[in-house]
Amino acid sequence: MSFDDWILALHVLSAFALVGAVTLFWILIVAMRNVDTVAETFAFGRVAKLGNVVVIAGVVGTVIFGLWLAISIDDYAVWDGWILGALVLWAIGAGTGMWAGTAYGKALTRAEELQASGQQGEPGELRALNRSPAGLRMHIVSSIAVVLILIDMIWKPGA
Amino acid sequence: MTSVLAAARPDSWNYVLLLHVGGAMILVGATLTSASALALARGDTRMLRFGYWSLLAVGLPSYILMRIGAEWTASKEGYSGEGAPEPSWIGIGYVVADAGLLLLLIALIAGGFGVWRLRADKGTGLLKATMVISIVLLVAYVVAVWAMSAKPE
Repeated sequence: MSFDDWILALHVLSAFALVGAVTLFWILIVAMRNVDTVAETFAFGRVAKLGNVVVIAGVVGTVIFGLWLAISIDDYAVWDGWILGALVLWAIGAGTGMWAGTAYGKALTRAEELQASGQQGEPGELRALNRSPAGLRMHIVSSIAVVLILIDMIWKPGA
Repeated sequence: MTSVLAAARPDSWNYVLLLHVGGAMILVGATLTSASALALARGDTRMLRFGYWSLLAVGLPSYILMRIGAEWTASKEGYSGEGAPEPSWIGIGYVVADAGLLLLLIALIAGGFGVWRLRADKGTGLLKATMVISIVLLVAYVVAVWAMSAKPE
């Protein structure tokens, strides 16, 4: 196995971490639609925090190892259309993903405030935050960007 | 390097590869969700149920997609059938997929009984077994992804 083979393996493992975390967030989004208590918001929040660690590893790993491969392998160049396209999609996916995380994170922040003040909040308050339409929209855009990257990586148009 | 260049293939094969890789990625995500929910549940029955249903409702269907895609890709690339070459990376993939299915089914059966017994405030031990198996599966999937992508001789 060459060094590039190892880097390719790390690049693909990072991609699995990225898509795996996106899948985790989709499952959480569906499961949390009716969550309206502080305790349940915290419980699902623990899984979301682990998802955050995995998605960061995936986002950082895919671009670092991907750029390494684009520079290292003679047949590819960073300015190839399919690689530039992937970088643009990566930026869109990462940006909208962070936005979605911020939107859904408001539920956890509110739950922490309620716990600190010893309250349960208004009925439906946490549910509305856990359903965040803005967060859902951003997660949809982020997921589409990630799927398009995967298609781009498999087809390599123009390579 | 050779394996990187070997990634060039006819466009008509890419659809089945997308099915295989996409299914595998969702499978990893569902297994990760299940393992983390079961590990972080702290006895919360809703989280235990959530962890189990993630594996059943998302993990099992994605396994089927991954496995269909794997067999289809292997047949298109000439790695299936009598006398077909079986490089070590394909062998690792088959072992992880087949042994992984057995483990996945054991995890689902044990977890199913565990969720059923939650109604009587029991079953957490069985769901712990599901969690341990999910973690073992995640490690095996990492090895399989490494083998499939780096393609060691």
